[in-house]
Amino acid sequence: MEDWRNGGFGLYLHWPFCQSKCPYCDFNSHVSTRIDQDRWQRAYLSEISRVGAETQGRLLNSVYFGGGTPSLMRPELVSAILARVRATWTLANDCEITLEANPGSVEAGRFRGYRDAGVNRVSMGIQALADGDLRALGRAHSVAEARAAFDVARTTFDRVSFDLIYARQNQTLKNWQKELSDALTMAADHISLYQLTVEDGTAFGDRLAHGKLRGLPGEELSADFYAATQEICGAAGMDAYEVSNHAKTGSESRHNLIYWRAGDYVGIGPGAHGRLSQNDDRWATEGLRAPGAWLSKVESEGNGEALREILRPADRAAEYLMMSLRLREGMSLPRYSSFAGDRISPQKLADLVEIGMISVATNQIRATDAGRMVLNTLIAELSAA
Amino acid sequence: MTQLDLIRNFSIVAHIDHGKSTLADRLIQSTGTVKDRDMKAQLLDSMDIERERGITIKANTVRIEYPAKDGKTYILNLIDTPGHVDFAYEVSRSMRAVEGSLLVVDASQGVEAQTLANVYQALDAGHEIVPVLNKIDLPAAEPERIKQQIEDVIGLDAKDAILISAKSGLGIPDVLEAIVTRLPAPKGDREAPLKAMLVDSWYDAYLGVVVMVRIMDGVMKKGDRIRMMQTNAVYGIDTLAVLKPQMVDIAELGPGEIGVFTASIKQVRDTRVGDTITHERKGCETPLPGFKPAQPVVFCGLFPVDAADFEALRDAIEKLSLNDASFSSEMETSAALGFGFRCGFLGLLHLEVIRDRLEREYDLDLITTAPSVVFKLYMKDGEVRDLHNPADMPDLTFVDHIEEPRIKATIMVPDDYLGDILKLCQDRRGIQLDLSYAGSRAMVVYDLPLAEVVFDFYDRLKSVTKGYASFDYTISGYREDFLVKMSILVNEEPVDALSMMVHRDRAEARGRAMVEKLKELIPRHMFKIPIQAAIGSRVIARETLSAMRKDVTAKCYGGDATRKRKLLDKQKAGKKRMRQFGKVEIPQEAFISALKMDG
Ligand SMILES: Nc1nc2c(ncn2[C@@H]2O[C@H](COP(=O)(O)OP(=O)(O)OP(=O)(O)O)[C@@H](O)[C@H]2O)c(=O)[nH]1
Ligand SMILES: C[S@@+](CC[C@H](N)C(=O)[O-])C[C@H]1O[C@@H](n2cnc3c(N)ncnc32)[C@H](O)[C@@H]1O
Ligand code: SF4
Ligand SMILES: [Mg+2]
Repeated sequence: MEDWRNGGFGLYLHWPFCQSKCPYCDFNSHVSTRIDQDRWQRAYLSEISRVGAETQGRLLNSVYFGGGTPSLMRPELVSAILARVRATWTLANDCEITLEANPGSVEAGRFRGYRDAGVNRVSMGIQALADGDLRALGRAHSVAEARAAFDVARTTFDRVSFDLIYARQNQTLKNWQKELSDALTMAADHISLYQLTVEDGTAFGDRLAHGKLRGLPGEELSADFYAATQEICGAAGMDAYEVSNHAKTGSESRHNLIYWRAGDYVGIGPGAHGRLSQNDDRWATEGLRAPGAWLSKVESEGNGEALREILRPADRAAEYLMMSLRLREGMSLPRYSSFAGDRISPQKLADLVEIGMISVATNQIRATDAGRMVLNTLIAELSAA
Repeated sequence: MTQLDLIRNFSIVAHIDHGKSTLADRLIQSTGTVKDRDMKAQLLDSMDIERERGITIKANTVRIEYPAKDGKTYILNLIDTPGHVDFAYEVSRSMRAVEGSLLVVDASQGVEAQTLANVYQALDAGHEIVPVLNKIDLPAAEPERIKQQIEDVIGLDAKDAILISAKSGLGIPDVLEAIVTRLPAPKGDREAPLKAMLVDSWYDAYLGVVVMVRIMDGVMKKGDRIRMMQTNAVYGIDTLAVLKPQMVDIAELGPGEIGVFTASIKQVRDTRVGDTITHERKGCETPLPGFKPAQPVVFCGLFPVDAADFEALRDAIEKLSLNDASFSSEMETSAALGFGFRCGFLGLLHLEVIRDRLEREYDLDLITTAPSVVFKLYMKDGEVRDLHNPADMPDLTFVDHIEEPRIKATIMVPDDYLGDILKLCQDRRGIQLDLSYAGSRAMVVYDLPLAEVVFDFYDRLKSVTKGYASFDYTISGYREDFLVKMSILVNEEPVDALSMMVHRDRAEARGRAMVEKLKELIPRHMFKIPIQAAIGSRVIARETLSAMRKDVTAKCYGGDATRKRKLLDKQKAGKKRMRQFGKVEIPQEAFISALKMDG
């Protein structure tokens, strides 16, 4: 069996525009007043056909509209894209089609249109259930608007999820515990809970560098935040199936599982990354990052890619290790060895079991709860072996 | 062959940075030895590391021709010497080859510790000394005051000191004239059997070993069969030359002359500086007194960061020692660091220079262990052992007592800082031998354990006096003291590369400082790590590095894979600069940093 089939095959589509730029965000997202959606439509369709020709005959397990803010796309655009997708690949019966949405009232108005276009799952960026914190995060919506938008989503789509950012400035453990419990009563069967990461090159990054971003938790408190989150979600039957993702069994995001299980994915749009297996090679692709430049490149050359390279075996091994250990289900040792050309030393595994960082079952290793808290170090340790 | 009375041989000596090499530049340039367009500053400092650090490490000789005011043309052999105390040996042997010295003193700084040390050496060698006050172009120059200081502190007549600016060239003609009129001509007998002093030797990639000689008696010619009197080895002279400063062939060298030859000698080690060279047949009877060989006084282990580089390191060390006989090496195995070498150096700067050259010229990444001195172990069975490496310390029950090397340190310092210096020396177990004043400068002489000086004494001295103190030392002998081996245990495992010999009374303080420092230097791991200092099995200091609690990326999706993988690669590269001790990884900087004491 070709290796990518262990993870499946998906399509990621990047919409690079937002209403305003959030100060913590390092995604490829831009604020633009005049967006010619027809032009974008032509470009997306052309790209889908181009990559489709290389991946003929594959069964598509998932489509994901990510951003930026895809809920700024006209439903007609989404509809046209999905029509082209259906014409290009065979869709799996349970094909998951997700669209990332911002929780404003305008967006909520488009939900029916998205559903009619074929979207069957929405992931909503609610971020916080406290108005003060939403302002501090630079978000354009209020808690009330978010709740209202989410209600519309729940009644419109079969599957809904939302995101919260925690370990925020001046947040106390107590506050978070309350907020999270409240959030879990809202949640259907999936929720993503991210600790705030201050990324270089963002407004928050600059503020931190100048000592002006105060009240962030230190390592201890941040560890407590994470532990409390696991506990509360566990009690609500929403265990983490991945570092920051919680779901009832069977309701995991199939699209994101493709990434973590090292499946194949097509990346279309400015700055979108893809991984495509062909024969024995695995290719990494990357779209030109600047939206305007990407658009022109597609129009003039019929190809928006800025980069396409073969991953070395060591890189494939590293990516698989790095992605799969994020999952509760863990990593397959034979698959890892098939990339690395070598196995992880049994002594190293035994040492890590002894200090309680991993558990080993037949051919599969998992990070323990303790191990997941220090996963970056654990991964470095395993990949150095 | 040059008439004896038309030769002048001299060394240029001074405290570090007082302008020896710059003066040499002007002498070379003003006599047209090197064309202006080929001139560059500190021309004789040809090694990369010399140019980079702006210091002279190796003594250099140049032959220049000077048409004097008396109408005759003289041959001048000048030797530019290093100023740093680690290379004092270069100075002393250079002096043995010449009859006089130019003593350069920076007119804005005055007499410093090495000025003094150089004068004593020059007097020892029976030199005529001409004081030269340099840098008089500087606004801070005070030639009159410095003249007085030379008289007061050194007891040298300074009224005829020459005032110059080596930088601008001011006063250079006076220096040249003084060389001819004030320094003596060499003596020697052309008819006597050949007697030549082996002054220096080095390895040249094209020519092999080049030997520098000073002819005392007789004549050396190309093709001559010669004998080294100490080793009894016989060679035929392939090429004979003088240094201008590049090699220029010459038919013969007579008494009083300085030149170089090659003779298909394989290694610098086959030549003994200070040896006497004569003809194979009809040689001279009595050799010259010779020099004491340079003894390494500071030792440390050098290990490749990547164990696979061991052979490359061996190769590099071999090549470097071809050129530097004062640097010793011996293979060493460390439980923690694997295979490497125990190397001996003339001092810490010498250590740094060699390590730097190994890393740069041979592209190696090295771990340097704690510098140590040579202790003498008096065993109960009467044997006396040299201990170069604390890791080799035998069980104390077999040891009767331990002696350590002591130095006589001379420190010159403005009296504002005298208190700080006295405290520093006292803290380092020093015994004051002398304290005197010359104007507002104090000169203190201390008997100090060398072990207390090798780590960071010089740095501390500079920092407590804002750079105003100067320091020189000579090894004065061995003395018994209450010394113990302190081991460092990380996660219950001894790290041999961090063990050290310390005075018993200072062990707790050193141990505490070490474990605290290591707690900062070792990154947190997934488990907690006890760090201990111990004497034998007795723990004298302990810290615990707590386990890392959280280190996980919150978001990692398909678009993040490439970036996160590159981060991981970086992290792995960083890991390569770490050493594994049991389950703990220690960054290599820790080995040096842990030994630097603050305060
Ligand atoms: N202003 C001024 N600076 C000078 C003069 N002579 C030398 N210098 C500077 O002093 C510094 C040291 O000069 P060097 O000639 O390298 O001194 P050195 O005595 O050979 O030093 P070491 O070999 O390291 O002991 C350099 O920056 C020179 O440019 C001078 O006459 N006037
Ligand atoms: C692709 S992003 C943005 C989706 C959508 N535009 C929004 O903002 O709601 C997906 C999620 O990543 C999370 N996120 C973005 N930047 C983050 C940061 N610096 N730290 C933690 N989480 C972040 C947010 O929860 C966000 O909803
Ligand atoms: S967080 Fe979401 S809405 Fe905010 S700038 Fe980033 S992509 Fe746009
Ligand atoms: Mg010099």
